This record gives sequence, structure tokens and C-alpha cells, in this order.
Amino acid sequence: MKPYLSVEKLTQRFPDGTGGELTVFENASFRVEKGEFVVILGHSGCGKSTIMNILAGLADPTSGVVIMDGQEVKGPSLDRGVVFQNYSLLPWLTTLKNVMFGVKARHPEWTKKQVEDHATKFLAMVGLEGDVIHRKPSQLSGGMRQRVSIARAFANHPKLLLLDEPFGALDALTRGTIQDELLNIWGQMEQTVFMITHDIDEAILLADRILLMTNGPKARVAESVEITIPRPRNRTEIVEHPNYYAIRNHLVQFLGKRSKELAGQPTEAGQTNAPETVRIDLTDPADDPEDKRPALKAVNS
Amino acid sequence: MGTLSLNQRAALLSVLMLVVGLLIWEAAIPAQKAAEELTEYERLTGAGSAKAGVPPPSQVFAKAWEQLSNPFYDAGPNDKGIGIQIGYSIYRVLTGYLLAALIAIPFGFLIGMSQVAYKAFNPFIQVLRPISPLAWMPLALFIIGDSEASAIFVIFICSIWPMLINTAFGVAGVREDWVNVARTHELGPIKTAFTVILPAAAPTILTGMRISIGIAWLVIVAAEMLVGGTGIGYYVWNEWNNLDLTSVVFSILMIGVVGMLLDAMFGLLQRRVTYAE
Ligand SMILES: Nc1ncnc2c1ncn2[C@@H]1O[C@H](COP(=O)(O)OP(=O)(O)OP(=O)(O)O)[C@@H](O)[C@H]1O
Ligand SMILES: [Mg+2]
Repeated sequence: MKPYLSVEKLTQRFPDGTGGELTVFENASFRVEKGEFVVILGHSGCGKSTIMNILAGLADPTSGVVIMDGQEVKGPSLDRGVVFQNYSLLPWLTTLKNVMFGVKARHPEWTKKQVEDHATKFLAMVGLEGDVIHRKPSQLSGGMRQRVSIARAFANHPKLLLLDEPFGALDALTRGTIQDELLNIWGQMEQTVFMITHDIDEAILLADRILLMTNGPKARVAESVEITIPRPRNRTEIVEHPNYYAIRNHLVQFLGKRSKELAGQPTEAGQTNAPETVRIDLTDPADDPEDKRPALKAVNS
Repeated sequence: MGTLSLNQRAALLSVLMLVVGLLIWEAAIPAQKAAEELTEYERLTGAGSAKAGVPPPSQVFAKAWEQLSNPFYDAGPNDKGIGIQIGYSIYRVLTGYLLAALIAIPFGFLIGMSQVAYKAFNPFIQVLRPISPLAWMPLALFIIGDSEASAIFVIFICSIWPMLINTAFGVAGVREDWVNVARTHELGPIKTAFTVILPAAAPTILTGMRISIGIAWLVIVAAEMLVGGTGIGYYVWNEWNNLDLTSVVFSILMIGVVGMLLDAMFGLLQRRVTYAE
């Protein structure tokens, strides 16, 4: 079966400002299945936001293609909803109008009442109700703004939801609340989600699969780590799961050491360049715990 | 004093300054000399006539009362009520100004959207902008022929630049994030212009419009002094020729008041479109 979203040999070069060229990433390839929650982790500057902009259709890669649902991605589309890192709410519109802005674009044929009801419903879903929704974004807290931004994206039922460090600016407590809300909505809607984050614990809590990027320049997606912790997950309970620390250690190891070692390694011609699949499952009875180390990785192409 | 709010204290101070200022002004005007005490020279230059001196405020108030109680009388070309004169000036200012806005805002929009256009037009704008609007007057009179239309043209040319520059600047400075929001929602260029770029740039555009109306009101007085006929500028000049300084002082005050009202109107509009980020 063809994957839902397929990113093939994506390369992005920018002028480096001194007349030369900067290759941010080279031949980055990966796939995302329908309904999957995929998180991408990597050091600052490795090109995560650049990849996200390409997936959104807001920017064009130097080479390579993105294929979604059998069609090449060319330009932005309502099928790919974006939650930008800085919320990107329109400051002159009220909270409700911001969400209605998106709904109106998606359903131009709807009456004002329909649009308003739909927007109100999704704001309620992220916990914004009452007179709060008639306030301007500048009168909301950072966490509330982020929720509005998420409501705007979800209300449009995009086939693919792109989240760029959506909780980056939030304190730990608010972060937790919104993560739960996000999981909750995602559970109800079977949405395909692609998310960037810097937070390893957040990634493990949310993701089906974590993509790991090597450091830039010439970064690539090196590994795809499956999160073998059953859902529904709960932040206080997942740490008790036997796989949690094994996965976490693997991620920390990668980001701390291997992302540097693997950086800038040229890819051989003809190589598919798909990320190496890593599956860590200490609960799997088929595996002998003593003999774990070498069995950790299974290359799947 | 402790019970008064900041605004109340400020208002009290304003009134105090006004009263003191008026008293000093009143006291500084020497009492009219009796006619027999005038020297021959004074009699010849007209210094003795009651009209020639700078009037005390009491006279100006009397004049204001007289004029404002019947502002719209019309007794021939040289004797019209202050309301009619100001009406003419406002009509010219608004006509020239609206024409300028009609061109400057859409055009500024296009320039602001395209970096190439911005750079290509910039040298022309930079050269044309600092030209005193009155310098256009002879050319306007020659080409247009009609003095009324020439005055409107001068208003047009002086109010176009701040609006043009501010619109282009505001549009060019719209945050890319907001444009990206429009793009990810598949809005067309027209829809994006009206639902995202216009509201985003509106505060800057309105600042330009406010500067423009201020300049236009400054310029109309000078322009009407040149073209004559009607208007508050002509009125001031005419009263000066009549050596009626009381009317001159009164009309100066009126120019200030109307200018302030025009500015306040745009200030109100500006507040309505301003948003906090
Ligand atoms: N328009 C551009 N022109 C030139 N260089 C760019 C441009 N956009 C991004 N870059 C460069 O590409 C690299 C990757 O940027 P990107 O924003 O994708 O990083 P990131 O992985 O999202 O980092 P962070 O985690 O800090 O957000 C950086 O080195 C940046 O300087
Ligand atoms: Mg980024």
C-alpha cells in the first residue's frame, strides 16, 4: 500500500550570505501513514521548520517532492492545516472571528449562523467558552491563544495537521493541559498529525512515531522510533511503563551524541535514504531481555 | 486638591492659563489715545483709527459673538459670513483630499505589495514629496486655467504623499505570518487584500490620512490667499486689507478650531482600526 504522505529526497539550499550555499538538509526522506501522529525531533537549525513549510506548501524545496494522497504538494491548501509556532492569530479579530475566518474559508457556502456555531463548538472543545471568545487575542494568555490557534486548525478538518512547536512558549502546567486537549481531539477525529517539538517527554507522550534528524548542515532524517506504549496515554502513568525509559534513553543518546556523529554524512547513490526504523519493546515476550541490545534495531526499507 | 482626578487637575490648569493669558493680553493693549493727542504722523498712518491696533480679547469675543450668531449671511462677494467662508474651504479640502485618497490608497497598496514597484517608484516619490504644494500653483493655474480647480489641485498634490507613502509602508510591513494564514486558507489575492492586508495595514494607512488632512488644512489657507474669491484664507487676507485686525484674529482662531476638529475626527477613526498585538 502506498503511504499517505511521502517525502522523497527533499533537499533545501539557501544562499549563505557570503556568496556560497548552505545546504540545510539533503535527501531527507520519510513517510507518514494515515491517522498517524508523527513528531520530529532535532537540534535547533537542522531544518525542521523548513520541512514543515514545505509540507504546508508555503515554500518550495530546492529539489525533491512531497506526495500526499497520491498528489504532489504544490502550494498551500486547506487540506493541510497549520498551527504556527507564534499562533499567528489575526490581532484585529476576536477569538471567535479568528476561528470563523478559517471556517468561512473552508465552507464559503455556509450561513453566518452555521459558521458561528461550528466555530463556537471547536472553541468549546479546547476549553474556551463564554465571553472569552469575544475578546481579542491580545487580551488572552499565551495558552489561550495557542488553543484558539489549535481550534482554528481543527475546525477545518484538514487531512494533515502541521504543528510547529505549538507549545514552545508555554509553561509546563499549561503545556500539560493543552497536550491532553490535543490528544483528546486527535483521538476523536483520526487526524494525521505532523508535529515539531524540542521536548522529548512531550514527543513520547503524543507520538506514534518519532523522526530523528541529524544536525545540520546537510541534515537528514536518520531514524524513525516507534513509541511502543499503548494508548490512551497519561503523563503520570507512561513513566511507569517499562518501555518509557528505554525509549527516552535512546532519544537522549541520539540527540546528545549520535546526531552529531551522523551529521553531514553523505548519502550513497541509489540508497533509498529512508530512516532506519527503531523498535524498542521490553514487554514483547518474544525478546529475551538479556539479549536485548543488538535486537534493538531492525532496518526496514 | 487630592480628590481631583488627573484630568480634572489638567483641565483646571488649562482654564487658569487661558484666563491669565487673556488678562495679560487685555492689559498689554494700551488704551486708545484720544484723537487730539495724536501726532500728525500718527494721524497719517492711521494708527489712531480704532481698527488698526491689535485688538484686545474683549473685542475679539465681541466679534466672535457677532459672527457666530449669524455665520451664513451673504452680502455680496466681499461680505460673507464666516460659516460660508469655512464651508468653501472645507469643500475644497475634502474634494482634493478625497481625490488624493482615491488614488493614493489603491496605488500605495500595489506599490506595497511588490518590492520591485516599491523601489521603482521610490525615487519619484522622494523628489515630488518635498515640493511645497504652492509651488505647483502657477503651473496649475496655467494648465487648468480655473482658479477654483487649481486650489483643489494643490490640496490634492499636498495630501497625496503621506497617504501614498504610509499605505505602501503599511502594506509592505504586514507580517508574513498573517499572509501565510491567508495562504493556508486558500484565499485569493483580492480576498487576502481585503480581509488580511487592509486591516493589518489600516493603522498605518490612517496615520497617513491624518497627516494628510492636517497638511491639507494648512495649505488651503495659503492657497486661498493666492487664488482669492472665497474661503477662510481669502477672508483672512481680505480683513487684513480692510485693516480689521479683530476679524483677522478671530478667523485665525477659527482656522485652529476647524483644524483641531478635522484632526480629532481622524483620531477617532484611527482608534477604531488600531489593534494590539
Ligand atoms: N529564508 C532563509 N534564507 C536563508 N537561510 C534560511 C532561511 N530559512 C531558514 N534558513 C536556515 O536554515 C536552517 C534551518 O532553519 P529552520 O528554521 O528550519 O530550523 P529549525 O530546525 O526549525 O530550528 P529551530 O528548532 O530553532 O526552530 C537555519 O540554519 C537557517 O539559518
Ligand atoms: Mg523552527
